[in-house]
Amino acid sequence: MKCEYDLMKPSWCPGCGNFMIRDALKIALEELSIPPSQAVLVSGIGQAAKMPHYIGINGFNGLHGRALPPAIGIKMANKDLTVIVESGDGDTYGEGGNHFIHAIRRNINIAHFVHNNQIYGLTKGQASPTTALGQKTTLQYDGVKLNPINPVALSLTMGAGFVARGFSGDIKHLSSIMKEAILYKGYAHIDILQPCVVWNKVNTYKWYKDRVYKLDESHDFTNFDMAYKKALEFGDKIPIGILYKVEKETYEQKFSFIESGEPLVNAKLDPNNAKHLLKEFY
Amino acid sequence: MDYSILIGGAAGQGIETVAELVEKMIKRTGYHIFTYKDYMSMVRGGHNFVQIRFSDNELYTYDNKVDIIFAMTQETIDKHSAKLKSGGLIIGDESFVDENYLKLPLNKIARDIGNNKVIGTIGVGYIAKLFGVPKDIAKNSVEEIFKNKDVDSNIKAFEAGYEIGIQKYKLDRFEDDKILINGNQALALGAIAAGLKFYCGYPMTPSTSVMSYISKHADEMEIVVDQVEDEVAALNMALGASFAGVRAMTGSSGGGFALMIEALSLAGIMEIPIVLFNAQRPGPATGLSTRSEQADLRFVIHAGHGEFPRMVIALRTPEDAFYQTARAFNIAEKYQIPVILLTDEYLADYDITIRPFDFNKIKIERYISNENDIEDERYKRYKYTTSGISPRLIPGIAKEKLILVDSHEHNEYGNIDESIETRVNMMKKRMKKLEALKEELIEPEFIGNEDYDYLLVGFGSTYGALKETVSRLNDENIKFAALVYGDIFPFPVKSLNFYAKKAKKVMVVEQNYSSQLKSLIDEYTDIKVENSILKYDGRAMNANYIITEINKIIKNKH
Repeated sequence: MKCEYDLMKPSWCPGCGNFMIRDALKIALEELSIPPSQAVLVSGIGQAAKMPHYIGINGFNGLHGRALPPAIGIKMANKDLTVIVESGDGDTYGEGGNHFIHAIRRNINIAHFVHNNQIYGLTKGQASPTTALGQKTTLQYDGVKLNPINPVALSLTMGAGFVARGFSGDIKHLSSIMKEAILYKGYAHIDILQPCVVWNKVNTYKWYKDRVYKLDESHDFTNFDMAYKKALEFGDKIPIGILYKVEKETYEQKFSFIESGEPLVNAKLDPNNAKHLLKEFY
Repeated sequence: MDYSILIGGAAGQGIETVAELVEKMIKRTGYHIFTYKDYMSMVRGGHNFVQIRFSDNELYTYDNKVDIIFAMTQETIDKHSAKLKSGGLIIGDESFVDENYLKLPLNKIARDIGNNKVIGTIGVGYIAKLFGVPKDIAKNSVEEIFKNKDVDSNIKAFEAGYEIGIQKYKLDRFEDDKILINGNQALALGAIAAGLKFYCGYPMTPSTSVMSYISKHADEMEIVVDQVEDEVAALNMALGASFAGVRAMTGSSGGGFALMIEALSLAGIMEIPIVLFNAQRPGPATGLSTRSEQADLRFVIHAGHGEFPRMVIALRTPEDAFYQTARAFNIAEKYQIPVILLTDEYLADYDITIRPFDFNKIKIERYISNENDIEDERYKRYKYTTSGISPRLIPGIAKEKLILVDSHEHNEYGNIDESIETRVNMMKKRMKKLEALKEELIEPEFIGNEDYDYLLVGFGSTYGALKETVSRLNDENIKFAALVYGDIFPFPVKSLNFYAKKAKKVMVVEQNYSSQLKSLIDEYTDIKVENSILKYDGRAMNANYIITEINKIIKNKH
């Protein structure tokens, strides 16, 4: 089975970065030979979150901000599934901010690809948690008054073991870090910079193109301080690539019956297995 | 015989352990027990009490009159002495108990033993002697409860208390063939028996002990228990687990349940089976954290934006909590709907002796399809069928078919579809599932005999109080019967119509202000409910309260 494209016509605008992110995801999944039936794509609501409709793998298109909790439930129920979360900056860092923080704490083995276009697309141009301070929008007429979140600095600080920044304009590079994220044992966060061609007139394709540069071998991705410095670099120059990657015990590994047993979904259910529990009530 | 012992004191004085000891030794002697607990929402101080009722007959509720009060504070006496039956006894330490009551040198004995935490155990020794509980049984109970901590000083304390005791009552010995359990434990056990594999929740009184019980047995039973960041995560996460094919559950109390509602609506449109419970406490908002009410009936029936099928089961007893919870999983999977278990603080926390659960009665029915039986080349998660129920495949288990679930209105494949035709058909498809569900509802339980003038109607945890009410009134030749709802939404009306027709008068009994059950009866039947016996003080319904209210109503009419 291949990740078929033409299941449904995307409602993304021509030139939207989502198309490139979809290409990168498709390449990553195919190059890793992950059968579409053995992967689940979980999303919330937003333009990015429509991804499960536009790519041929299992999909759970849930509620705004709530992509991570079902993804965690899915992974715990069936550890053999490749679980990928794709959602936007508003979905992940705004509405779903609490889940984001706690997903990092769990370090569950899922890959989280955040389409960060620094604006709200589906609701037409309001500020997102990553929109620059002072940027004028369709709602913030005088400019944004809140400081933006730095997503990768946040996930690093919270203790994420895999933190990367990608750019939708470089599909090959993006798919290579996506592959690393999928293979990584634990929670892997990629903040993907992406232009919104309709609503964000500041962070355009050119804006990113002029700023992004790829981290090379001189970057030691096991060095937290170096990673943190790179995470804060978001101005004239924006580094992309894997900022940080270290091994950590995953959430699933902390459950001995999951670590050493069959996926929970295969468990044979028998009420009499619980009968001995009555003893303590005598 | 029917005795009640009240143990009262401040939080932190070990009331719970004393109660557990008394329960254990009386249960081991073979008696039926019903323990009512009244705690304030604090860790130290305040006033807490426990009433242990026991009898050689089955018990269904607590008594608001007591035989013995073991007071660990003056406040206990001030608050409860009026509950004492004539001939009853108040015992407490000589430092505060006045001449009218039984002064015991509890503090002095504890000082001699060298452990001021054993005061309660001295009292237990005294009570054991007072009732003539066989000493070996009582002593074994002490050993069992303190086996990990201070067992020697507690045994000494027990012996000392027993020594100064004077036997007043006599207990026979019966076979101890019952279990002592509360509603939350029974609910958790029912879920585990039904094959629960994933539980997540956020601590909130009085729902928390379900999660703690499951957590205690999680490794052994291979269940994932996740204490989530908030209740919003809870239901979303449980839905993910259920989508991936395991039996999943979450639960909370009013405020936490409120946070789950967006995801309840998600379960509705995604058609993901899920079982969740609301252990009600009095609201609005924080309300009374550790107390009981039945004011979320309308809330759970309507919770969620948009319209979708659901089932609500009001749990009446710990037996219901066990068997109906297990049944809820089958119904949720059969109809691919959320099933809400409605319970409350009273049922969650009271202890009762009952016959051991029969695990052979639990049937696990999954209703999961095999991908080889799916004829469509591309799997339709939301395929139109005559029942409205679409064949369900599990992602990953199906090797050739892909499964897409969606929170938007969607077509049969699960893809976003805003067309008029799809919208109308999908609404009908989902709601159609109710037709078959309605056919398998369990009608409310009828209590009493065919000869009655008045019919009481209630739901959920007031079952015990209603059962005792009917029995006591009929003993006095006041002809009452009761109908108590378990399955409550969709609202079953067959039995209600049948029994109401034969009654001169129909009254509802419920623990809320606005008589929500009456409003359901008004909505779904032509029955005239003449009186509502309501209670919304946060304290559980009991037979004395109902009988007092009934007497007022009957007298007013004469």
